[in-house]
Parts: sequence; C-alpha cells; structure tokens
Amino acid sequence: MDAIYWPSVFFLLFGGTACTFAVAVLVSKNIVRMAFYLILSLAATAGLFFLAGADFVGAMQLMIYVGGTLVLLVFGVMLTSQERFVEMKSDAGDWVIGFLAGGALLATLIWAAVSIPAWQGMSRAEAEALTVEKTATPLGMSLVGFRVDNPKESGYLFPFEIVSVHLLVVLVGAAYLARAKRKITKVALASEPSSAGTDQN
Amino acid sequence: MIHLPLASLLTEPVGAMHYVVVGAILFTCGVLCMATKRNALGVLMGIELVLNGANMNFIAFGSRYLRGDANSMGLDGQLIALFVIVLAAAEAAVALAIVLNFYNNHNSIDVDRADQLQG
Amino acid sequence: MAQFLSELSVFGFRVCPWPWLAYVLAGVVHIALIINLVAVGALIFIWLERKISARIQDRLGPTRVGGKFGWLQTLADGLKLLTKEDLMPNGADGLLFKLAPYISFCAAISAFIAIPFAGGSYPWIAQHLNAGVFFVLAVLGLEVFGVILAGYSSASKWSLFGAMREAAQVVSYEVPLGMCVVVPVMIAGSMDMVVIGDMQAGWFTNWLVFHDPFTFVTFWVFITCATASVNRAPFDLAEAESELVAGFHTEYSGLRWSFFFMAEYGSMFSVSILASILFLGGWHGPVPVASLLGLGGESSGSIGWFLAQLLGLGNVLLKGTLGVCIMMWIRWTLPRLRIDQVMTTCLKYCTPIAAVMFLGATCWHYNFPSKNFFGLTSYPQSVYQIKEGWDATKKQPLAAEAKADKVAQVQRGKRAISRHGERPIFLSSGERL
Repeated sequence: MDAIYWPSVFFLLFGGTACTFAVAVLVSKNIVRMAFYLILSLAATAGLFFLAGADFVGAMQLMIYVGGTLVLLVFGVMLTSQERFVEMKSDAGDWVIGFLAGGALLATLIWAAVSIPAWQGMSRAEAEALTVEKTATPLGMSLVGFRVDNPKESGYLFPFEIVSVHLLVVLVGAAYLARAKRKITKVALASEPSSAGTDQN
Repeated sequence: MIHLPLASLLTEPVGAMHYVVVGAILFTCGVLCMATKRNALGVLMGIELVLNGANMNFIAFGSRYLRGDANSMGLDGQLIALFVIVLAAAEAAVALAIVLNFYNNHNSIDVDRADQLQG
Repeated sequence: MAQFLSELSVFGFRVCPWPWLAYVLAGVVHIALIINLVAVGALIFIWLERKISARIQDRLGPTRVGGKFGWLQTLADGLKLLTKEDLMPNGADGLLFKLAPYISFCAAISAFIAIPFAGGSYPWIAQHLNAGVFFVLAVLGLEVFGVILAGYSSASKWSLFGAMREAAQVVSYEVPLGMCVVVPVMIAGSMDMVVIGDMQAGWFTNWLVFHDPFTFVTFWVFITCATASVNRAPFDLAEAESELVAGFHTEYSGLRWSFFFMAEYGSMFSVSILASILFLGGWHGPVPVASLLGLGGESSGSIGWFLAQLLGLGNVLLKGTLGVCIMMWIRWTLPRLRIDQVMTTCLKYCTPIAAVMFLGATCWHYNFPSKNFFGLTSYPQSVYQIKEGWDATKKQPLAAEAKADKVAQVQRGKRAISRHGERPIFLSSGERL
C-alpha cells in the first residue's frame, strides 16, 4: 500500500463531519439541537476551506458565520421557543416526496461531479511540488482595486463598496423590522375586526 | 468514463470533484430542510446550508491545490465566496427580523400557520 | 518543531521512525504546554484574585494552605470540586448540558495556539499563522456558544436570562474590539502577530501605544472592550451574584463549573497578552536588555539566543499578568453596570470612539509613516526589514536579500514623495502604482 497522503485524510475527516452534521440538522426534531449541529457543520466547512488553501476565507467563515450569523440564529431560537420542546412534525407524505426529490437532485449533482475529468485530483507528485501561498494580502489588495496576482484584471473595489452600503441598509432595515411594538391583545382584536393585523406604533 | 474515486481516497490528493460532492450533499440537505421543516428557523438553517454548499463549490474551483495553477479561478473564487458569506449574514438578519415579527403576531413560528393570504 | 523531532535521535534511537509521528509529537508538545499554561495560570490567578480582593477590602485572604500566603488554596479548592456530586437538573438537555463547559474551555484555549510568546526568526508560537490576530478574534468570539448552550440546557430561567445577556454583551463588544485591533494592524501592515511584536523592538518609545495620540486612546478603549468581552466586572451581570444567583452556570457544580472558570481566566489571560503584543511591545521590554547585554544573536541554538527568547517570554507573561491584575483591580473597585448601561457604553461610546480613533490613526500614519512616539523619533532601520514586503511575481513575502532591495527601493521612493504618500507600491516590473 502506498504511503498515506495526509491532506486527503483530513479532507475525509472534515468533509465527513460537515456532511454528517448537515444530515443531522435535517433529521433532528429539537430546534436547539439543530442549531448546534449546524454550528458544527459550518465549522467543519471552515476547516475544508483551510485545506483548500483559502485561509482568509476560512477565518472569515468562522468569524462571520459561526461567530455571528449562528449566534443570531440561536438568539432567534431562544426568543421564539418559549414553550419548551414543542415538536412540529411534518407529514410522512411530505418526507417521502422530499426524499424522492432530494435524492434525485443529489444523484444528479454527484453524477455531474464525478464525470468531468478536469475535476479529478492532481497526481501526487504534482501536489507535493506546490508551495503554500498566503492569501490575506492579495485578497485585501484586490478588494481595494489592485490585483497583485494578475495585474491586468480590475480589482473588486466596486462590489466591495456596494456590499458595504448593502450591509448598512440591510442592518438598519432589520433593526427597524424587529423593533419592539405593542402587542395586539385579544380584546382589541375582538372589538375591532377591521383593524386586525395592523400594528400600533 | 466515470472514474470511481473510492479506491484512492487515502493515498491520492483530492480534486475539485470531492469538494463538489461535499457541496452537493450540503446543498441537498439544505433544500430538504427548506422543504420539510415546519419551524421557520429550520427553514433558515436550510438556507444557510444551501449557501455553504455553493461556497464550497466556489472555493474548490478557486483553489490551486485542487486544480493546479493554470486551471483554477484563482483569487476570484475566494473573493466571490467572501461576498457570499457577507450577503448571507445580511440576509439571515432580515429573515430573523421577519420571523420575530411573525412570532409576535401569531405567537407561533409554525410556517403552516402563515396562511392568511391563502386563496 | 516537527522537523526538529523528525531528525532527533536519543542514545542512537531515532525518536520518530515514521514521519507522521513527528507531527503528532509536535502537536502533543504544543498542546501540553498550552494547557499547562492555562491551567496553572488559572490556579495562580484565582489565588491572586482572592488576595487582591482581600487587600482591597482591607482583609487578608487565604493565609493557611501552603504556608503564610496560602498559595496552595486553589489546589485545595480544585480537589474539593473534584469530589463534589455531579448534578444535572431534571428537565435539562443532557447532551448540550454536558458539552457546554468543554466548548467554552476549548475556545478559550484555542486562542493560545496563534499567540507568540517570543519573536524573531524562530518565534515561540504553536502555529505561526499569517492572519494570527484574525484567528484569535474569531476564536474568542466562539466562547459565547458554550455560554448560550449552558444557559439554555440548564432548564432554569436564571440561567437563560444570564446566558442571553452575556451573549448579547459579548457579541456587541466584538465590534469595537475589532475596530481597536485594526489600528495596530494598520500601523504594522500585517496581521501576523510576530511582525507586530517585532516592530516594537528597542526602547519603550517604540511601543505602539505611544505611536500617536489616537493609538493611545485606542489602547484604553481596547482594554474596556476586552473587559466587557470576557465578562469581567463592571460588565459581569451575566454572573451577577446579587441578581441572578450565578447566571448561566447556576446549575453547574464540581468539575463542570471549574471548566467554566478556567475558560474565563484563560480568556482574560489571552486578551491581556493580546493587548500586550499589539500595544505594549510584547516580548520587548521597556529597556532592550537583551541587545544591551549582547544576547540577541540571530543564530538559533546558541545559548545567548535562548536566553534572549526566555527574557521575551518572561516579558509577555509579566505583561499579561499585569493586565489580569488590572482587570481584577477594576472588578473590586467599580460597581456593576446594568444591561442597558452596558449596551449604551458599547453602542454610544466605545464604537464611535473606536471609529474616530481609527480614522485619526490612519490620517496620522498617512502623514508621518516613519515616525514613532507621538511623531518625535524615527523608526530604527531594522523595522523596515521586518515589515512585510510583497513580491508580485512569486506571490509570497520577499526572501531576505530581496527584502534588502525592497528597503533600498522604499528609501528611494521616500525621497520622491508621490501623491499616494511616502510608501508607493512597487510592482515587480519596477513601475509604481
């Protein structure tokens, strides 16, 4: 048997973790456990990013996704699941149709993935000849418009600015949408059927 | 001819194909979550899984360790993945705000209860 | 370390007959060192906290266990905690309840993987990451999960409230913390903590905290945000003993509770060391003793280099301990803030101040890029060689000879000041951007 190629072992480790916990998110019924499994799956995804040489993107995935978006999600889970362990089950029919459609999608995607020869891996000799490159500085430079890896191409300054303004707008909008409003009481609803569904500010 | 990858997974370097398979599994789990979960936050988690599956593809095609220097998308793949992460965070914030509003109005996050516009 | 181990032979035996064993052993040695540092550090800090709090409150503190100063008190407490009954509340979610302390502990320890304890060409660091600062910030933000899971799975409303408050606080304070960290990163031009630390070589006038008035203020904002980030008083309403029984760790007893406490002291220590590396010179002391004594030779393996590195390590640990002592001092002096006061401090004070200081430091550095110590002195020449130059053809940091060329190029560029400031960007073809 040939010598073990350790990066592939780590790929199997991280990839297996990501897929297992993604399936666990699908199968689990408790919403907090689903959130926890999602955290583990996304952390394993960050590990896969590190393996593919995208160290900056991997660190960003950990910081933004795991440390930000998922904290938000878990907050949402806690604010809305006051009745403990209420289980919302889908019908069995929904599951069957879902699995059929999902299974067909998965089969198509995997078949497409394995049948393109250009996507197969490199030979081992080629892989061991590669040097490790750092990506933080080129990424930062291209975000402000200078591509150091390929000076003929333009940078990503315009999308960067758009995304910055987009984030500002979205977060202001989300904060406005989620502001505290007075709750409608049942008495108010019963006595004024015409104003049902509107919120009072 | 379809080249089965299982025989040499431990001894040969992985290619973009393996990453695409992982991405496909994440994507499918996300789509199934969106389709079958009744909890609105479960649907949100499905959305996050879908976006991560797509990111996995971008990173795989942009990595010079998986495809060699000449074939990879280079830095573009990583930059697009970066933008996807940021936009996904923004969209999760808005979606959560909507879910919170829904909870405040109906006192439940069961998406099957959101049928007031049903014809 | 892995390379060293793979070539090591003791009494004629090769220690690592298989190459992968070298990596495993290197990892084990690093992890053992870090866990020792955090655990023994927690031991010492808990004793120190009791002594400091006692003296501030005009009493003595532990005086019996281990001689006159009671320094073995924490060991005795640890033994007691080990023998306590392991309780779990009735309605608790078993898996998450048991997992939560370990998540906190692992997040606190993982930050030490990327923190350098002595610098130079062979820094004493477990994993020399290019984006070290970024990694440490990301991992410190993961500690909040342990808290949230602990609070939720304890099936107790005190725990849930404490956990939500703490999560809101930690996540909100990550924003000004990140902005404060960006200031020294911008001045050094690299996220690599070894580069940031080595930039402050020499006398204390080279320390980044004295670089310009904006960085000086940023340091104090960093200390405030770091204190809030690790939930120390006056921001400790998550564990507010007078209000919430004990917050998110109400239902934890025995060894599980001690994991939470080791995580807390570990993260206090790591943000103090981070502050010392980013602002206070790291392993370079106020007086450059190593170079004055002629110890800081670059050839690794010589005893002089080792002693210089040891001095650096002592410096880092001393400054970290000083930071922790200051946090303890503040805890026992100031009253606790309410949650709305905490949020006001973050959103209305720390974040705008951090943003304005970032802007000011950028403008200052743009105008005086080669000046130190509030613009009064200049950088020593060695610093230019440490700052990362970028080689566009090979897409990697410059080799040593090329760095010297780059330094010469930079000097030429400095004399021809362009519109872009004093350090124009040189492409490999020699043209300037």
